Amino acid sequence: MGAAQQADTGTSGSGAQVSPRPQAGNQVGNPQAGNQPPIPAGESAGVLRNTGVGPEEAVQLLDEHGGTHHDATFSPYIDKLDPDVVRGFYRDMATVRRFDTEATALQRQGELAMWVPVIGQEAAQIGSGSAMKKADYAFPTYREHGVALTRGLDLADLLKLFRGITNGGWDPRETNFHLYTLVLAAQTLHAVGYAMGISRDLVADPTTEPAAVVAYFGDGASSEGDVHESMVFAASYDAPVVFFCQNNNWAISVPFEVQSKVPLVNRAAGYGIPGIRVDGNDVLAVYAVTQWALDHARNGHGPVFIEASTYRVGAHTTADDPTKYRMGAEEELWKTRDPLARLETYLRAENLADDAFFEQVKNDGDELAAHVRRVTLALGGADIRHKFATVYAETHPLVAEELAWFENYEASFADVDTENGQGGAA
Amino acid sequence: MSTMTMAKAINEGLRATLSKDPKSFLMGEDIGALGGVYRITEGLQKEFGAHRVMDTPLAESGIIGTALGMALRGHRPICEIQFDGFVFPAFNQITTQLAKIRTRSDGQLSAPVVIRIPYGGGIGSIEHHSESPEALFAHTAGLRIITPSNANDAYWMIQQAVECKDPVIVFEPKRRYWSKGEVDTENSPGDPFKAHVVREGTDATLVAYGPLVPVALAAANAAAEDGHSVEVIDLRSISPIDFDTVEASVNKTGRLVVAHEAPTFGGIGGEIASRISERCFYSLEAPAIRVGGFHMPYPIARVEEHYLPDIDRMLEALERAFAY
Ligand SMILES: Cc1ncc(C[n+]2csc(CCOP(=O)(O)OP(=O)(O)O)c2C)c(N)n1
Repeated sequence: MGAAQQADTGTSGSGAQVSPRPQAGNQVGNPQAGNQPPIPAGESAGVLRNTGVGPEEAVQLLDEHGGTHHDATFSPYIDKLDPDVVRGFYRDMATVRRFDTEATALQRQGELAMWVPVIGQEAAQIGSGSAMKKADYAFPTYREHGVALTRGLDLADLLKLFRGITNGGWDPRETNFHLYTLVLAAQTLHAVGYAMGISRDLVADPTTEPAAVVAYFGDGASSEGDVHESMVFAASYDAPVVFFCQNNNWAISVPFEVQSKVPLVNRAAGYGIPGIRVDGNDVLAVYAVTQWALDHARNGHGPVFIEASTYRVGAHTTADDPTKYRMGAEEELWKTRDPLARLETYLRAENLADDAFFEQVKNDGDELAAHVRRVTLALGGADIRHKFATVYAETHPLVAEELAWFENYEASFADVDTENGQGGAA
Repeated sequence: MSTMTMAKAINEGLRATLSKDPKSFLMGEDIGALGGVYRITEGLQKEFGAHRVMDTPLAESGIIGTALGMALRGHRPICEIQFDGFVFPAFNQITTQLAKIRTRSDGQLSAPVVIRIPYGGGIGSIEHHSESPEALFAHTAGLRIITPSNANDAYWMIQQAVECKDPVIVFEPKRRYWSKGEVDTENSPGDPFKAHVVREGTDATLVAYGPLVPVALAAANAAAEDGHSVEVIDLRSISPIDFDTVEASVNKTGRLVVAHEAPTFGGIGGEIASRISERCFYSLEAPAIRVGGFHMPYPIARVEEHYLPDIDRMLEALERAFAY
């Protein structure tokens, strides 16, 4: 079985063919270790137990040692990249990692109710996010801080949700980055609907700017029925949507093997949509395959499913203790596949960046962290009146009645305060 | 003015909406060539095309979830859930997503999706085809719920639901689909969220909605033969509930009976009884009394006549109220 598959949708006018990464490579060590053993040759993936998918079987353009590999379909997407863009990838990955450290610290200091770390998944997020055009629309889960950065959000806005002052925190229409979603997989259907809406707009007005949608979800979420229904709808209506699954191997404490006996990418064929596995820790490969997929979708050829093989290095959230359910050795192994380290090696080897650049990135990161901290600590409280005001678009008598009661009730305390103030001793 | 069945009235209402709002479209299972299992969308696909009257995959969560996404993009989906008992696969999308998108986005986003659900019993069907789950949705803030009891309301309410900026569920009393009524296609009956006093009376107020409104009217007529003047209110809207109209009536009559097909426990009747007790405590001559289904899954067809409130059950409740 090839690592990448493409179903013939019958509509494709694109010359792109998704093909397996050439096996030749300069890999050192034992890339097959870890909890994602490669698929043994000669066996059918459909009947395998505990298969899985190491990065070595996925599209990989930059390996963990900073070595590059050629892929006929995907390399062209990065061959012509301006070095500035590649440096930008590094900068963004380092920025979101620094941001994450600061948010975790804020949580530890009691300033956030919870935090959802992203360390380890920076390449999957910066790579895919950077591949989107402005008119494209992203539907995240709750961990897509890197994607948020690529969509131009002020990262401080992400913390409002976790500080408990709003369920949102940014304007999705300004950034085309939807709100975070806590009900797993629910947003994959919204993404497909939004994509179907784009198709409708194009029918009604052919001058509409073509756009595609990216639906993010995790390996755990892939077991939810909504993901299945979203793929059925997307395939049935050729919706311009890219399903981007970050398979970080863990759904809180449950390993990937409990969600699926076969690589998730195998499922794509069942829906009749192209599926691509990519080394999710290789920002260049993620960028390339996502670009390919978005082009495919934008050009009217329908949905694409991408499985990015990656790893959540830290805890699921700040409320989680990963030592209870997984081995330190596994974590150590994945640290050797760190997305930042390999890009740094590459940038230095190719003389695309020097000490001064990395120093600058670090300083800028510290500055951003300070900004995020300043903004978060200065965030005001929230007013429940705003919640009364946003239940319905049109007046609702029950809400109006309860708000009036609330105002009266609040006012009664003001009276008591005044009486006390007037009558009592200081 | 013309006379038509409620089914035809909804069909005409949908036709009017599709004609005047190019962003509107229908989606659901079997609604295209077949015209829906109740034929409510009959002929509409032929007239407006498969793009406007869309047969979806068989996936209720998928229908509501994608409708939400399309509404975010400015389209106006009108979804059909085939039967009341099959809305539950979509319950998550309706209650955690659709109902909340506005408040979760601090008012920035809205998804005014309309969901049509044929509901209620009395048609001798098999399980999951006769349920009344309205209270489960009414309990969820962010949704609006209306239910027509006659052809005229059916014609107008579907159009008003599509015009509303909030998500609206239209519960359609399926046993009334084939009953005929006058429809005034020129003049709307006004605010769909207001109750209508459909029979004036002085001794007791009988509140009903959807499938039970004609039953309540018949009960009131029967009570009149015993010398009791019963006022009947067609609630029309279940969220919000027009308590002002009920309150005014109860202040006049001093007695309240609320009837619905759904089980009484935790239902809409309890909500009305409680609110009206609070508002009309000094006018009430008797406690508010509920008439409804029993606390059991909707029973097999051969015994549903014992489950569904009928004229006699309503008269029994009225008698209890008069006994105080
Ligand atoms: C419908 C639903 N069920 C359960 C949860 C609780 N929960 C939050 S995150 C999570 C694991 C998700 O794993 P995965 O989809 O792999 O994403 P990851 O957190 O690893 O990014 C669970 C079970 C939830 N948020 N939503």
